[in-house]
Amino acid sequence: MNAALPKISIRGLCKAFGRKVVLDGIDLDLGSGESVVVIGGSGSGKSVLLKCVLGLMEPDAGSILIDGVETVGLRGEPRDEIGRKFGMLFQGAALFDSLPVWENVTFGLLAQQKIRRHDARGIAVAKLAQVGLGADVCDLAPSELSGGMQKRVALARAIAADPEIIFFDEPTTGLDPIMADVINSLIVKTTREVGASALSITHDMASARKIAHRIAMLYQGAIIWAGPVADVDASGDPRVDQFIHGRAEGPIQMAVRA
Amino acid sequence: MNTLQLVGAFALSFFAVVGRLTLFGVEALSHCLRPPFYLRSIGRQLIDIGYYSLPVVGLTAIFTGMVLALQSYVGFARFSAEGAIANVVVVSITRELGPVLAGLMVAGRIGAAMAAEIGTMRVTEQLDALTTLSTNPMKYLVAPRLIAGVIVLPLLVIIANIIGIFGGFIVAVYKLGFNPANYLQNTFEALHVDDVVSGLVKAAVFGFIISLMGCYHGYTSRGGAQGVGQATTSAVVSASILILCFDYVLTELFFAK
Repeated sequence: MNAALPKISIRGLCKAFGRKVVLDGIDLDLGSGESVVVIGGSGSGKSVLLKCVLGLMEPDAGSILIDGVETVGLRGEPRDEIGRKFGMLFQGAALFDSLPVWENVTFGLLAQQKIRRHDARGIAVAKLAQVGLGADVCDLAPSELSGGMQKRVALARAIAADPEIIFFDEPTTGLDPIMADVINSLIVKTTREVGASALSITHDMASARKIAHRIAMLYQGAIIWAGPVADVDASGDPRVDQFIHGRAEGPIQMAVRA
Repeated sequence: MNTLQLVGAFALSFFAVVGRLTLFGVEALSHCLRPPFYLRSIGRQLIDIGYYSLPVVGLTAIFTGMVLALQSYVGFARFSAEGAIANVVVVSITRELGPVLAGLMVAGRIGAAMAAEIGTMRVTEQLDALTTLSTNPMKYLVAPRLIAGVIVLPLLVIIANIIGIFGGFIVAVYKLGFNPANYLQNTFEALHVDDVVSGLVKAAVFGFIISLMGCYHGYTSRGGAQGVGQATTSAVVSASILILCFDYVLTELFFAK
């Protein structure tokens, strides 16, 4: 395989809901071993972008290449084959309420029949240790865990199958600043250990600065700036400046009713 | 908007729902027939739908049988036909009341629970999580519920039939003074295989309807807690109406001359 081939290559991606255009010709690449964070305000289309790449939503137009394979319109086993390269950390953790923690962590491995059921618990313990959780949480229900612990379990689930690409959807939302930093550190550590590429979406700049190699800003359905994380403070784009400094005044006007 | 537009909008909306439900049902059925089969999940649903519904179905059946015997006695006494009570109880329970009442009770208990569980999974992104873990939610969540519904409702109805007929026996013997041996003899004479089988076929269809409506409304729910609540209501109401509707259709198929 060509080493320079991006893990993900998005070209001209468009998605609209009725008259509302959410994505309007997105171009974005994710290199091998790279961590790209897409930032943008609420409702800017970050989640839609992620869902299109994951195959949870069909784009109206454009191309999404995963390891050079076109995935738009891909169905059945070829789509599943691509999906097996992915790990995903959902915003609300999305742990399965009906299953204990260890079954949540190894769910994908069991579903793909990579392991047998009686081996799963040991693997879950090892993956939970990677995210700083002990074996004592194995038999707990997700509802018995705090928000931060749920995120850790979800991270353990995301890395359980040693995926090639991990997606993070607002990984620090709803967490206190210390726990958010713990999760960010774990994301950096585990992604490096697994050797995966990472595509994240967030509006938490502390998180973006910590986990990103490159940052891309999504605004009104388009990538308005992309570059190395070190350059984000000198982007020269007033919209990026306003967003990263969290100012109410500036070119980005939020739809707020008095 | 004039009346014609209103009728048109309603018709379009109705047929759109019917179309979506049909596509959902066909896809779900195709997953019921193709491996892999999630046997643990099917087993869990068999227990949830069957075992835990036993008390409510049993209580409904016994009181229905008791009321039936009492009402029949009051009505038939006018024509000196009290001897037909065992016959009326058996035929009513096996053909009609067993499957319909069990179906309605299970629709209220299980249809709502299915819609709430799958709806909550939808709004908390657990269905998306399943997809990203290489698991088709239709195969993992919907197919086991459909299979379990079709298997377990007939079993519940067999039990409901026995309990319902026993309820009639209790009232006939201990309240109305019937001879137990004669009543039992009349009961067994009135019991026909055709009646029982038709009731069990109805039960299987009702089981399918209950599971399908619960899963469909849960799967397509939107908008947080309110959406899940609406899905729960819709699942129970639509399953109950469809049970009564299909009860007529199946009765027509089985017994119309």
